[in-house]
Amino acid sequence: MKDLSLHVLDIMQNSLSAGAHDINVEIVEDQVIDKYLITIRDDGKGMSPEMLTKVTDPFFTTRTTRKVGLGIPLLKEHAEQAGGTFSITSGIGKGTEIAAGFLLSHIDRQPLGDIAGTIVLTAASNPQVRIRYTHTTGFGTYLFDTAEVSEILGDTPINNALVINFLVEMINENLEQIKYSH
Amino acid sequence: MTKIKSLNDLRVIKAEVEAKMNLRERSDAPEKMIQVKVAMATCGIASGAKAVMDYMISELDKRHIPAIVSQTGCMGYCFAEPTIEVTIPGKDSIVFGYVTEKKADQIIEKYILNGELIEGIIPVNYESIDSK
Repeated sequence: MKDLSLHVLDIMQNSLSAGAHDINVEIVEDQVIDKYLITIRDDGKGMSPEMLTKVTDPFFTTRTTRKVGLGIPLLKEHAEQAGGTFSITSGIGKGTEIAAGFLLSHIDRQPLGDIAGTIVLTAASNPQVRIRYTHTTGFGTYLFDTAEVSEILGDTPINNALVINFLVEMINENLEQIKYSH
Repeated sequence: MTKIKSLNDLRVIKAEVEAKMNLRERSDAPEKMIQVKVAMATCGIASGAKAVMDYMISELDKRHIPAIVSQTGCMGYCFAEPTIEVTIPGKDSIVFGYVTEKKADQIIEKYILNGELIEGIIPVNYESIDSK
C-alpha cells in the first residue's frame, strides 16, 4: 500500500463484506501529542473471539478464492513501523472497530493520500451504506456524511461522474482548511 | 480566496446531472447500461485498482458512454491485478487482467466502443462442449 487512504479503502471493503450499513471513518491528527489515529468502525456482523485472534495472521482469510488475507496484517505492520499501535475490537452482532495509531512526525508514517476519492468511490459503489468521515486536526473538524448527500441528491445517482468529481473536490477543499502546514 | 464548496452547491450539480440524463438512463435499468466492476480487495488496491477506477469513471464520462463503474471484491485472480469485469448489455461479461490506464483506454476504445477483443482477457466464463 502506497498511502494510508488505500488502507482505509481496504478495511472499508472488509466492513462491506461483513454486511455493514453504517461505516465510520475517523482520522485525528494531533501535533501536540504527535499522534495520527485512524479509526474505522462498522455495524457489520462482527467476529467471534476465536476469529479475532486470527485476523492479524496473514495466512487467515474468510475468502474462498485464495489462501492469504493481507489487509489487516499490512495495516498493523505499517502502524507498528511508524511507532504506533494497532487494535481491533469486535463481537458477533456488535460490529468491528479497527484503530491504527501512528506517530504523526515518524518518517515511516505514510502520507494520507487520496482520502476524498477513497470515501467517495466507496460511497458511490455502495449507495445503500451510510458512510461518515470525520477528520480532526488542531485547526478544526470536518465531517462528511453520505446521509446528507443522499438527502440532497434524492433519486439522482451518486455514482454519476459529475457528482463524484464534485464531492471529491468538496472534501479536498474542506480538508485544506484544517490542514497542518508541514 | 475562493469560496469553499459545500453541500449546498451539490444542488446545482444535481440539477445539471438531471438535465443531462436522458430517459433511458432515468428508467432505472442498470442492466441496460455498460457495467464495469473493479476488483478492490487488498491485492487489487495494492496493484493500483483505485487509479484504474478513477480513470474509468472520468474517461467514460468524457466520451459520453453511459456506464456504471463500481467496486467488487477479489475475483481470485490476484496474480493479474488490477482486474476489471466489463459487461456490455446482452453479452457475456469479460474479465480483463493487468489493467493499467493505457490498457483501460484500449478496453474503452476497442472493446466497449467497437466490440473488438484485446489481449489480457482472463477466461472465466467460457462454455465447454458439455455445458451446451
